[in-house]
Amino acid sequence: MKTGDFQQDKVVMEDELDPIERQVQGDYKYGFVTEIEADEAPKGLNENIIRFISAKKEEPEWMLEWRLKAYRHWLNMKEPNWANIRYEPINYQDIIYYSAPKQKVKPKSLDEIDPELRRTFEKLGISLEEQKRLSGVAVDAVIDSVSIGTTFKDQLAELGVIFCSMSEAIREHPELVKKYLSTVVPVTDNYFAALNSAVFSDGSFVYIPKGVRCPMELSTYFRINAENTGQFERTLIVADEGSYVSYLEGCTAPMRDENQLHAAVVELVALDNAEIKYSTVQNWYPGDKDGQGGIYNFVTKRGICRGVNSKISWTQVETGSAITWKYPSVILKGDNSTGEFYSVAVTNNHQQADTGTKMIHLGKNTRSRIVSKGISAGVSNNSYRGLVHVSRNASNARNFSQCDSLLLGDKCGAHTFPYIEVKNNSAVVEHEATTSKIGEDQIFYCNQRGIDTETAVALIINGFAKEVMNQLPMEFAVEAQKLLAISLEGSVG
Amino acid sequence: MLSIRNLHAGIEEKKILKGLNLEINAGEVHAIMGPNGSGKSTLASVLAGREHYEVSEGSVEFLGKNLLELSPEARAGEGLFLAFQYPIEIAGLTTTNFIKTAVNEIRKYRGEQPLDAVQFLKMMKEKMALMNIDQSLLSRSLNEGFSGGEKKRNEIFQMAMLQPKLAILDETDSGLDIDAIRIVANGVNKLRNKDNAVLLVTHYQRLLDYIVPDFVHVLYNGQIVKSGPKELALELEERGYDFIKNEVNAAQEA
Repeated sequence: MKTGDFQQDKVVMEDELDPIERQVQGDYKYGFVTEIEADEAPKGLNENIIRFISAKKEEPEWMLEWRLKAYRHWLNMKEPNWANIRYEPINYQDIIYYSAPKQKVKPKSLDEIDPELRRTFEKLGISLEEQKRLSGVAVDAVIDSVSIGTTFKDQLAELGVIFCSMSEAIREHPELVKKYLSTVVPVTDNYFAALNSAVFSDGSFVYIPKGVRCPMELSTYFRINAENTGQFERTLIVADEGSYVSYLEGCTAPMRDENQLHAAVVELVALDNAEIKYSTVQNWYPGDKDGQGGIYNFVTKRGICRGVNSKISWTQVETGSAITWKYPSVILKGDNSTGEFYSVAVTNNHQQADTGTKMIHLGKNTRSRIVSKGISAGVSNNSYRGLVHVSRNASNARNFSQCDSLLLGDKCGAHTFPYIEVKNNSAVVEHEATTSKIGEDQIFYCNQRGIDTETAVALIINGFAKEVMNQLPMEFAVEAQKLLAISLEGSVG
Repeated sequence: MLSIRNLHAGIEEKKILKGLNLEINAGEVHAIMGPNGSGKSTLASVLAGREHYEVSEGSVEFLGKNLLELSPEARAGEGLFLAFQYPIEIAGLTTTNFIKTAVNEIRKYRGEQPLDAVQFLKMMKEKMALMNIDQSLLSRSLNEGFSGGEKKRNEIFQMAMLQPKLAILDETDSGLDIDAIRIVANGVNKLRNKDNAVLLVTHYQRLLDYIVPDFVHVLYNGQIVKSGPKELALELEERGYDFIKNEVNAAQEA
């Protein structure tokens, strides 16, 4: 459809919106910009920029070489175009690849942190002091590429748990970083992973030593802050033999007119009998009602169950971004290992999401479970894309996949692209898919019981997403439920 | 309590109710009977405020307010309850959570404080005992996988929890066996008092053996053509709706 046609349609439609459609026309509630002087690289990308970033991060020579190798490879790669998403070509020379909030001296404690930054966190409901005092959650907060505060470090250090920014890990724990970095997502893996490897600015590093059960949820709040800054996070989590960790990642971003590129890489490594649970609530700015602005979220997330009996579980609640391109995956290499993927993806207005998972069964008796819930509203497009691969030697592999789509209104789309490749006869692979609409009947039934349409939609959505929400840690689940309601909220007449 | 005057209503271009009059006072039970297509369910839908039903003429006053101006949820807040002929399923939403939301939204409408978890649980336990309903039903997703009887019992349980002034029961007996009818009817009878009223919409007389009405009205061709005491229902059962049709047609010709 041509843009002109669509706008005409829109004028006509405004008055005819049914309650469900009015319902979903909510505004982004976290749109504000913190004014902090940024220490930026000039726009554009070349080897000098990469040297600049590496120097800024005070990185050793091997790290710079690693980045340059990724960059040179990236130059020869083509941007992928197979996803069910559409966007204007990205001008990679028009992006600022490094921006750090200016701080004259490195903070020794939370009290030394720029009050403006602190207020940003407070607006988001993340007061570090509160977190520190009350919740038992250690927060490694990332604003525009530099970690500004890390709490609970001492308690974790006693157990030998390392939880720090990636830059710090490169300086303080180079042997661990060298051993595991890019072993799950090679620098040459895909276009965006190569770009990330070349220019990543910061991220989190977690190492859980043998036999340690991490006593608290580890959490990082990301926030994209300076204008025109692509944010390239790099996260690496290693769970050594017999250890356990639950990691939370939550995001909100300020309102912005120009599209912002976000290309993160997350790598998880689980050794023998280890378990990693990785939960994400993603609420980046999705663009306005007409599809202007918003974040491009092109992320590579992958875990490897390297050891026997290991387990990796991804849970994601995706409500934000203009475009989401993301497939948290698990390579089931160790015998008896388990991979899980639980996802709720909400798209509204002009948002586009192409998300799903890959479960690669290599070891014997490996199991995987996929539960994907897509919610589409407005004129958005929501695609599930999943691969279940069972290799020749992976005897007795089991997979169960469930992909459900819920439509609000009749101008949005839901698509399911399941790929199944089985090379071993003993595999059992099941796939179920449903598509449903929020019906006027459901809304009326709630209305008749005194429940207004907005609340009714929230009830129905949360019911639909319940199986995934149940996977989230308690406090996070409450936040995520609110987020679902907010994402689809609007003034109901 | 409810005063319907000269109500004309329909769906899209189709006229279904053509000048309906009805007065219901507190403490009364009225039954509306009639052949298929006479407008029984349309009346229930119009009173509850279902979308797509258009009122072209007439008025409906409920407890002194113009009912037709109110949104469906405001009508519920004012004390109007509809037990659905086909209760709707919502996956993943527990029946308890649904009812709790409804109770508190209605309290909010009336300017009352919401019930906290403890108060709500206490109220629910009381009504469960009264309605003879099982906890396990309430922990399940709303109406999902419920049998026909369970769905209707759940409707009456919601009625008990919401304590409406006027309950409209739309074909509550349809699809139920005689035991299920008895259970549902017992529930309704327990909720009757001098301050509330019930409007039964039914095709068959059998429900009226268990919920005994004060008045029976026959709806035919969009109008109430005959009203009488409960014995009228028995007469209809015996003679069928044809005698009413004949009477009406004869009167029109005369």
